[in-house]
Amino acid sequence: MTVEGKIDLLAAPDRRAVPGIGFAWLRRLAPLLESIPAMIGIALILFWVLGAALAPWLAPYPPNASDLKALAHPTPSAAHWFGTDHLGRDILSRVLWGARTVLTVAPIAVLGATAFGSLVGLCAGYYRGWIDLVITRISDIVLSFPVIILYMIILAMYGSSAINIIAVITLTKAPIIARIVRGITLELREREYVAAAKMRGESALYIMLVEILPNARGPLIVEMCLRMGYTIITIGVLGFLGIGLPPPDPDWGGMVKDTYGMMSVWPHMSLIPCAAISSLVIGFNLLSIGLREIGLRD
Amino acid sequence: MTDRETPILEFDGARISFFLRAGEANVIPGLSFAIKPREALGLVGESGCGKSTVALAIMRYLGRAGRLTAGRILFQGRDMAELDAAGLRAVRGRRIAMIYQDPMSSLNPVMTIGRQLMEVPMIHEAIGADEARARALAMLGEVKLPDAAAIFERYPHQLSGGQQQRIVIAMALIARPALLIMDEPTTGLDVTVEAAVLDLVRELRQRHESAILFISHNLGTVAQICDRVGVMYAGELVEDGTVRNVFSAPRHPYTRGLLDCLPTLGRDKHSAALRSIPGQVGSPLARLPGCAFAPRCGFAEPGRCTTAPIAPRELAADHRVQCVRVAELPEWRHPPGDGGDDRGEATGPAALTMRGLGKIYHQSQGVFGGGGRSIAALRDVELVAERGRTLAIVGESGCGKSTLARILSGLQSASAGTVDLDGTAIGGLAIDRRTTALKRRLQMVFQNPDSTLNPSHSVGYAIERALRRLKGLTAAQARRQTGRLLDTVKLSGDFARRRPHQLSGGQKQRVAIARALAGDPEIILADEPVSALDVSVQAAIINLLTEVQAARGATLVFISHDLAVVRYLADSVAVMYLGHVVEFGPAAAIFAPPWHPYTEALLSAVPEPDPDARRDRIVLDGAPPSAAAIQRGCPFATRCPRKIGAICDDTPPPEQLIAGTHRIACHIPAAELVALQEAGPPSARPASTEPIDRVLAS
Repeated sequence: MTVEGKIDLLAAPDRRAVPGIGFAWLRRLAPLLESIPAMIGIALILFWVLGAALAPWLAPYPPNASDLKALAHPTPSAAHWFGTDHLGRDILSRVLWGARTVLTVAPIAVLGATAFGSLVGLCAGYYRGWIDLVITRISDIVLSFPVIILYMIILAMYGSSAINIIAVITLTKAPIIARIVRGITLELREREYVAAAKMRGESALYIMLVEILPNARGPLIVEMCLRMGYTIITIGVLGFLGIGLPPPDPDWGGMVKDTYGMMSVWPHMSLIPCAAISSLVIGFNLLSIGLREIGLRD
Repeated sequence: MTDRETPILEFDGARISFFLRAGEANVIPGLSFAIKPREALGLVGESGCGKSTVALAIMRYLGRAGRLTAGRILFQGRDMAELDAAGLRAVRGRRIAMIYQDPMSSLNPVMTIGRQLMEVPMIHEAIGADEARARALAMLGEVKLPDAAAIFERYPHQLSGGQQQRIVIAMALIARPALLIMDEPTTGLDVTVEAAVLDLVRELRQRHESAILFISHNLGTVAQICDRVGVMYAGELVEDGTVRNVFSAPRHPYTRGLLDCLPTLGRDKHSAALRSIPGQVGSPLARLPGCAFAPRCGFAEPGRCTTAPIAPRELAADHRVQCVRVAELPEWRHPPGDGGDDRGEATGPAALTMRGLGKIYHQSQGVFGGGGRSIAALRDVELVAERGRTLAIVGESGCGKSTLARILSGLQSASAGTVDLDGTAIGGLAIDRRTTALKRRLQMVFQNPDSTLNPSHSVGYAIERALRRLKGLTAAQARRQTGRLLDTVKLSGDFARRRPHQLSGGQKQRVAIARALAGDPEIILADEPVSALDVSVQAAIINLLTEVQAARGATLVFISHDLAVVRYLADSVAVMYLGHVVEFGPAAAIFAPPWHPYTEALLSAVPEPDPDARRDRIVLDGAPPSAAAIQRGCPFATRCPRKIGAICDDTPPPEQLIAGTHRIACHIPAAELVALQEAGPPSARPASTEPIDRVLAS
């Protein structure tokens, strides 16, 4: 018997024997390379990430410097590739610097929403009963509120700063993440490995964070990617409404707000920041499509 | 069907591959066989042997990745590969019908049964609705569904699993196909329901002209249905011939291995360890030059077996085998049978005592929780598990055996009664109120190998964590002990670094056993630990459990629906039906008369892979009634073939103590039961009495 059992192992034709954790993770993402939407998405995102990171070196002018000579002819020229705005500021430089704000605020806000939403969703799905009821109802209330009005009220009350914007976005996006995590948790809590964890006396917190949450990472990553897109739009809208980041720092939404009145004369002033917002949002949405295709589920 | 000599189906050197990212997976390297008109051919083999690929290839359902790269598949003499889309449509469903494992997924949930049945002849034969309706009703009668007119208006979810599978069979046969492909048609069903469906298929075969391709992992069902059988290994037909030739004189080592793995009703753990087939089916991505089975074969000879493809050789009329050493193999005989039962009656001290154990689930209905109903999953269970021995709990799905396991494990708590573990009452003690010392004493092995290990954690982490929690070891100590535990379950130390998705089902189950052993438990609960595994692996896991139990003197509570496994493993057996223990006693007593009528039916339903073992079987009607129904009398009264009258419906049966601890809950006196059961099975009851409104009424 012993001999038979040992052969069992030797015969196992598993070539993928012992990969390191990092490699295993990357290998699961490898199919992304074959997904056309994902590759376009990654290219767009990388473009903006690099632009934001290298803005101090790439941008031809300081973002807030006015070129008075360009005021008369703000259209794209050799000196200003994307033209200048109504104050003679170089649009290319401002768009690149603006990417910095968007790509700092949006990821932090989405990470915050994911962390908070996951925790709340885990509790709702794991404990069920009245805890679930309370959490679900509060989420429903938050979600049913017109989000922009909510932002406006909160930001009007506490003033607009990067921290406040992050806090508000975190709170309003968290219920969406919580719903998703709750659904997954309801399913995973019945798995036998959760029963096995209970049988060795693990705490509820351990089961939620170590046994359940890692197996929700696939759908969570897809969702985070989608939320990035929506968050970028939200930040743009806040900027457009004038309750985004305080001027004069470049902010894509704010750039549109400042110049849309000149749309009929100089459309490039607002269209270029609009295109920047769209391309980044499209990039994240395409990436989430690609991620969903490869189905990062357990 | 003009030429009687043309086979209905012929595989002529068919070679099938799937083209994957990793390369060409050659699932079927070159397969030739034929099915003659009105013949039933069974295909058996472990999972991953290409059985289902054969079925899909016939219908040209291989998907985008699969291709027939050489050879031909002929249906009634015509090459299936040459058919265009219209030709295929004419064949699929009309001339070839297919029945899959899960009936629910073959039925449209939003259409009534009647509409779905009528559709088949209306589409394929362009007949009118009235004629289709008449034929559908007649067909429902043929598959022995009571009250065809009522079934006609039902939706699939309103029927039981057995009834659904009958509907699928009716749908397949209503088009009068020339070939019927059945892919594991009874695998998801309970034994007694399976027996009834198999009887139906056998009977319909006589009446309809269809040839049958019957795919199953269960050698017993194939022996009962088929005329001929083909044993598949890694896409090759290693042995084929008449059922009698192959099963009573198997010549290929693989066929012999499969038969040896089976715990048949005549063997127990004291007579001999089960034989298993070491290793697993090789990957189709890297086929071996010689015999595919050689790496797992005890008779393989390097060189002769491993260098060139093996040609099939004709042994007798209609018996071929693909083995070069066939002439040199020793005579095969049935695994050593039962020389009486030496388990004896000696009773040990009790490790677990259950008294009056009950569990009631409250199901709320409606948004406001009003009008809920109660379901009694367990009623008044009295059992004793003796120290160091095996208590098996058997019964069909819904009998409460898993609920019992969950109560013992603390994952749920009992609504009534007590469980005594050496003076500690644990019945109402949920797991989070048990002390670590108590948790250590009782651990569990779960059913589903795919869900028993967390896919995000390595094998080593799962075991180390259990060691650290239960024994309070440090990380370094736990790591050392993990190696020892893996060794106990016969896995090498490097498995600690693997992740569950890199393990086979059997390996996962070994890890689960190692994890359960981490706290050195006195009691191991095993809830259907082998039911999801292939027979070859099942035998190895059963042997492992027996060995571990003997080495540690642990008590094993083994929950199963498989009587053959229970017979092999158990020292005492409890038979459960609808939350009641209907019979309990030492294994030797359970497997000899007198039986509870339900035990008798279960035993007779077990399909044995022995063509000569065709006994007269007891076929139970329908499925167990819902546990929510209020019973006054015997829980088995609605299906009992030995029902004696109104007393069965109205009065709870008395517990009759037969001998020692053996007891039966039945109104028929024990002496009379013996006489009845030795006289043979009861005559079939005239009409099915299963209420079709079962689901609706409850």
